Amino acid sequence: MSTPEIIHAHAAPQGFIRKYVFSLDHKVIGIQYYFLALVAVFVGMFLSLLMRIHLVWPTASIPLFGDIKPETYLTLLTMHGTIMVFFVLTTAPQGGFGNYFLPIQIGAPDMAFPVLNMLSFWTTAVAFVVMLAAFFVEGGAPLHGWTGYAPLSAIPSSGPGEQLGADLWILSIAIFCLGSLMGALNFITTVLDMRAKGMTMMRMPLTCWSWFITAILALLAFGVLLAGGILLLMDRNLGTSFFVPAGLSLTGKMIFPAGGFGGDAHFSHAGGSPLLWQHLFWFFGHPEVYIAILPGMGVASQLLSTFSRKPIYGYKAMVYAMLSIGFLGFMVWGHHMFMSGMSPYTAFAFSIMTMAIGVPSAIKTFNWLGTIYKGRIRFQSPMLFAIGFVSLFVSGGLSGPFLAQPVLDIQLHDTYFVPAHFHLIMGVAAIFGIFAGTYYWFPKMFGRMMNETLAQWHFWFSLIGAYAIFMPMHYLGMAGHPRRYSQLTELQYLAPLLPLQKFITYAAVATIAGQFLFLFNFFWSMFKGPKASDNPWESTTLEWTTSTPPPHDNFGGKVPVVNNGPYEYSVPGAARDFVMQTDPPVGSGH
Amino acid sequence: MWAKSIKGIPDDMGLALLAIIWLITLASTYFFVAKTWWLPVGASAAAPWIDHQFAVTFLLMGFIFVAAQVTLGLFSYQYRDRPGQTSDYSHGNNKLELMWTVLTAILFVGLNLMGSHLWASERFAPAHEGATKVEVTGAQFAWYFRYPGPDGTYGKVNPKDISAEEQNPLGLDASDPAAKDDVVSGVMYLPVNREADITLRAQDVIHSLFIPSMRFKQDAVPGLLIKMHFTPVMTGDYEIACAELCGLGHYKMHGILKVVSPEDFDKWIASKEAEKQ
Amino acid sequence: MATFTPTVPGQKATAGQGGGGGSAPPRRGGGGDSNRGSGGGSSNYGERLRRARLGLACGLTPILMLFVSFTSAYVVRKGLPTLDATTNQYVHDWLPVNLPWTLLIVNSLVLILSSLTMELARRDITRQAALAPAARIPGVSLGRERHFPWLSITTVLGVAFLVGQWMAWRALADRGFYVANTPSSSFVYLLTGMHAIHLAGGVIALLAAGAIALLHRPLDNRRIVVDVTAWYWHFMALLWIYVFALLALVR
Ligand code: HEM
Ligand SMILES: [Cu+2]
Ligand SMILES: [Cu+2]
Repeated sequence: MSTPEIIHAHAAPQGFIRKYVFSLDHKVIGIQYYFLALVAVFVGMFLSLLMRIHLVWPTASIPLFGDIKPETYLTLLTMHGTIMVFFVLTTAPQGGFGNYFLPIQIGAPDMAFPVLNMLSFWTTAVAFVVMLAAFFVEGGAPLHGWTGYAPLSAIPSSGPGEQLGADLWILSIAIFCLGSLMGALNFITTVLDMRAKGMTMMRMPLTCWSWFITAILALLAFGVLLAGGILLLMDRNLGTSFFVPAGLSLTGKMIFPAGGFGGDAHFSHAGGSPLLWQHLFWFFGHPEVYIAILPGMGVASQLLSTFSRKPIYGYKAMVYAMLSIGFLGFMVWGHHMFMSGMSPYTAFAFSIMTMAIGVPSAIKTFNWLGTIYKGRIRFQSPMLFAIGFVSLFVSGGLSGPFLAQPVLDIQLHDTYFVPAHFHLIMGVAAIFGIFAGTYYWFPKMFGRMMNETLAQWHFWFSLIGAYAIFMPMHYLGMAGHPRRYSQLTELQYLAPLLPLQKFITYAAVATIAGQFLFLFNFFWSMFKGPKASDNPWESTTLEWTTSTPPPHDNFGGKVPVVNNGPYEYSVPGAARDFVMQTDPPVGSGH
Repeated sequence: MWAKSIKGIPDDMGLALLAIIWLITLASTYFFVAKTWWLPVGASAAAPWIDHQFAVTFLLMGFIFVAAQVTLGLFSYQYRDRPGQTSDYSHGNNKLELMWTVLTAILFVGLNLMGSHLWASERFAPAHEGATKVEVTGAQFAWYFRYPGPDGTYGKVNPKDISAEEQNPLGLDASDPAAKDDVVSGVMYLPVNREADITLRAQDVIHSLFIPSMRFKQDAVPGLLIKMHFTPVMTGDYEIACAELCGLGHYKMHGILKVVSPEDFDKWIASKEAEKQ
Repeated sequence: MATFTPTVPGQKATAGQGGGGGSAPPRRGGGGDSNRGSGGGSSNYGERLRRARLGLACGLTPILMLFVSFTSAYVVRKGLPTLDATTNQYVHDWLPVNLPWTLLIVNSLVLILSSLTMELARRDITRQAALAPAARIPGVSLGRERHFPWLSITTVLGVAFLVGQWMAWRALADRGFYVANTPSSSFVYLLTGMHAIHLAGGVIALLAAGAIALLHRPLDNRRIVVDVTAWYWHFMALLWIYVFALLALVR
């Protein structure tokens, strides 16, 4: 039986490099992803701080950074958005927690393909470096926004940063796609093929369901983004015209066939379609927002049940809601394009589909409230963030039906109403999911507890701060303040909005300051926190059956056998108020 | 026995959550309801209808918002862990689930259908006969407005003729007779109470013509001619913004729409024509 | 990565577990397809093979999405009138590409043939694997047995196809169709080029399989690599037929 395993089993590695750098252990890889996202989120936050300062004090000079010019603002904007979406929201919840806990929660010793797993992390890390490199090349980082609409993004002379910086930006995203695809493939195979005995699909924790569905979305969506990126790179560097129409005139410099076909190949742009990029981008882009938020939903579900000491309300409904969100998520991309020149009939169809996708989201909210109803809530820090998640999800979600109606979108599209909407629902809500997961799983990952008092302060700063920053953006948007404006100095009707913008900047400064509570707590607890027991929250899922932190093969040679559903709390007649998944069966497992 | 023994958790955490969530809800709602910041004055024919649809959506979503947040705060407080509190062992209720699904489906889709005739009238049908024809061109970073003149047709433009020095920002083709009487302006003039028949185009990248008071927005896309219409119903000056990121000067790509009486409009066009001769 | 140490400290104790778990009656409601020995990763290559195939199926999905995206862009762009900025009229500027048909048909035949030899290679190694237990005895080397070199032939045919594609691009250029000079030729280069890149990946996998054979790594590993590569290869052949049909029918 001493056949070597190239596919999944591997011995506990020795040596620093094999153990911590090029590790095949999903737990180490998960932590690597998490740290990558941690670096990225602080970079992204710092960029947003500079943006906020420039927006309200356009002439202010930043120490060590210098003046922020209008184009610098757009550069910051682009990098902030891209880093946050790709390297934080796609990386931490899925790559980080998913990698660490998916195998443990389904009772597997590792991911299905550990080598691929390692490659996927390092690919992502390379993508991040390439992204940051865009800041340092000639011309700087691109200014075309995280959506990179062509032809702005397709023509190097369309603005500062659109030269090499834009190429690096696209390249980085393409590399990121490859990394995510490898990860997604691994997640799906692991869920389908590596579940422990007794772990039926319908006994999986909702976190696993969310990672699974997210992986499916990633598998379908990132290929399309990759296609778009390839076409864009070709347009920029090979002179093709997929997205660039003929006869453009850019600041006096003509981008036009010198002599018709067969002329100077480099500038013979001939009749491409800018809308094609938008279709490809948003076909990926809308599923991407679910890639960002679904894992947060999974974590929130798990925590609300655990800390209310109650089974999750409507487990099946939750699963079906996530599946239908994933499914419908591929049919609504056009709601980003109501004002783009797309056919108004198509727009109407997309708007109906978009309203329909609100229904499963409403079901989830309903079930979360149903879960804490008649519970026995313990307000430990993970639970605080889970409750905050629900609050933010509701607030962010309810601005959706405004934007989903094309006739209202006429007024609201590309105003601050949109950043208000997406920051609440996909930005901060997802970040709250990450925080909740961190406070919850930190003991398992690092063997120590985080400090509760600091965590509570962090929670209040973040919750109040998030609302103070993003709620007023709705008002700005309704008043007609366009987004992606680097200053309010030019349009007269924006002048009265300056005080509100200032308020947002103050709130951002305070909120960002509050995040250092988290950073300090994180690293301090890693070394100095009190030792954690194996199951400090009295949870039921498999990661809490093993030691803290888990051994190399997760279960120390024992193979878990699952007898119960994931959320058996307060089972009448049971000895404790929680029945672990590996405990002897109780009546109504799923 | 847990309540007291969880280290570091204040006993009144549930109350704090209730208070803060309710306060946030109150403050957010207050500024909406007080209309401290609200939609700009509506000066187009469709504005009242759009605003009405906005208000209906706002009331419904506002109601759900308040209801959900209040419930969340309340439950957090009421079902906090305390001595004697027991937890209900329940896996949910399919009937309630179904009811909620059907209700939200009807609400969301119904809301959308309610507004659909407005969308249809804004976008499905072209402008009526006799509307004021204006061609709007976006270029980094300015808006240009072209009126076809007495002949009612826009002359040819050629990107090769675009030139700042020769004051030909659109590249009007001098050899085309239809171009002779075209008026190009940096300010948008429109006669009141007459529909504007707008053709949008862009020279370089995507821009978006945004006139908040007219409840009008439409991207101008290079390579496309996009037809749109709206009817201004109040004279006055209205600011025009660009609502699609178009480069470093995006924030200063603005213009003015002057809605004037039909007589003033004719006078203005005539004076522009005279300038050209 | 491959070592001979047992994965789990406890695996010795539960050595029978992989097989035992498999033969035990599945629990009612038990994890469906989950009777895998989770403790030590099964050493049963049947399971590893299935897992690798599942992974491959997942991996093919984004490739499919990539080509679906290109196809929709292609079809839409072909039907799309574009604005001629000088006349202000929408015009159709789509010039059908004059493809080097004979060459492409020869290439297609080469690729289909390679798919056949690939399948023979796959079956061959499956047969060897069935006989493998005997060969597991230390000292018995499979390398000495003579087998028809289907894998090498497939590799050669794959490279021949790539060379053929290169010739096709040269032929296109000779006819005046470059990457960037007409919308239609851009798509031709895009679709064929992307396919070629993916096929080159298959060639590399074949070389890897060959390397495994040369290194006398256990047969199981090679069998899995060959099997998965074979399915990938068949997929590439199908994809090529699809691309070819698209270019031939939608011009
Ligand atoms: C410290 C908290 C944050 C602050 C103060 C902040 C602030 C901002 C601001 C001021 C903008 C520009 C709005 C505009 O001019 O249109 C922006 C854009 C954006 N932010 Fe954030 N943000 C924060 C966190 C996040 C998070 C967590 C995400 C993750 C989704 C995120 C994603 C984005 C995206 C995608 C954009 C759009 C970029 C673009 O328009 O291309 N932000 N943010
Ligand atoms: Cu969307
Ligand atoms: Cu603009």
